[in-house]
Amino acid sequence: MTIKLYGAAMSTCTARVLACLHETGAEFELVPVNLLNGEHKQPAFLAKNPFGQIPALEDGDLTLFESRSMSTYVAEKFKGSGGDLLRAQNLKEAALVKTWMEVESQQFSPAISPIFYQFYIVPMQGGSPNQAIIDENSEKLGKVLDVYEKKLGSTKYLAGDFYSLADLHHLSYIYYLMKTPSAKLINERPHVKAWWEDISSRPAFEKVASGLILGEK
Amino acid sequence: MAMKSTRKLYGSLNSPPTLKVLACLFEHDIDFEFVAIDLEAGEHKKKPFLSMNPFGQVPVYEDGDVKQFESRAIIRSMAHQYGKKGEELIYWDSRQQAVVANWIDVEDHHFEPPVLKLISELVLKPKKGLTPEEETVAGAEAKLAKVLDVYEARLSKLKYLASDKYTIADMLHLPNIQALMGTQAKKLFDSRPHLSAWCAEILARPAWIKVVEMQQNAQA
Repeated sequence: MTIKLYGAAMSTCTARVLACLHETGAEFELVPVNLLNGEHKQPAFLAKNPFGQIPALEDGDLTLFESRSMSTYVAEKFKGSGGDLLRAQNLKEAALVKTWMEVESQQFSPAISPIFYQFYIVPMQGGSPNQAIIDENSEKLGKVLDVYEKKLGSTKYLAGDFYSLADLHHLSYIYYLMKTPSAKLINERPHVKAWWEDISSRPAFEKVASGLILGEK
Repeated sequence: MAMKSTRKLYGSLNSPPTLKVLACLFEHDIDFEFVAIDLEAGEHKKKPFLSMNPFGQVPVYEDGDVKQFESRAIIRSMAHQYGKKGEELIYWDSRQQAVVANWIDVEDHHFEPPVLKLISELVLKPKKGLTPEEETVAGAEAKLAKVLDVYEARLSKLKYLASDKYTIADMLHLPNIQALMGTQAKKLFDSRPHLSAWCAEILARPAWIKVVEMQQNAQA
């Protein structure tokens, strides 16, 4: 049975799931959702995600929304064939993966999302990036990345010396950040920069990156 | 609870994430030692605490080899490791567990943001002798109302958020719902019958009542 992913290839959260689907080699179909036409707010899509946001996932009679729970499901289902993104067989490692997945969600994401929004979404709506918002959140993101810098000085990846879903969850947002002046937040931190270069050069991510075309003319 | 245990929870009874983990510990009947961290004194922003959680937040949990911070990570791991046969708060089947994970994320990304704003305005500010900001309260109530409409629709189909059994997705809501029930925002819950019934049900869990008693004993 083929997994159906409803979303847009250029969208950060859809790309989070795409990265996992490619990494695990899962068979899937990307079903585009027309955001400009408000398709995500129509009853057919609301039946999949009552909060009216992409992405959503269908696997037979299972319907999911919230990108991180979707990618976790994919990583679980295709473990073995697709590598070991969750380290479920090792209690200590699995706990660390869960911890750093929450770090991405609770610490990293709230700081980077407003920066991404200002640089990419505001111009699409005809506005100009608000530098005060960018500066305020760059400071927050900088503090988070200081913790990452220290951690990545002692382990190769976030949860340990193994690539995991915790690292993967960062890919799409950092990809877009690197095309803005805020890229310096990554570039100024050597361990973070090396980690970024490593995880973004994975063949599975390169397939996703080609769809991350927001901001391109 | 045993004073000496290999399991240690470092946290504060004033911190909702700490209370969430306490609920999980009591649900699973496992012994642990509670180490109070003095948030007012800024203990969580200094060493040695920072060496346990570099983000300087409670709670932190240690169980032998397992050392974690972030309450949802602690709870996800604990519920899998200590699931009581026939009474698990999770599912072993990955399709069913994915739905639980989905609604944990809903609590995190949709429910908690407006709720924390309301708690800040309606509970924390008055404690410091400050007046709630009306516009902020109105805005947060409007946002929360939309989220609770989704919950009402969901809970009219299922007994609990993820399925017909109580799971960690429901449990994660407890401290913040408890706090809001003492404020004007209670009306948002009372006016939605299925949501209201679910709230009454989960707030009555013996494990949660133990957490509330622990808080009350500390204040006594």
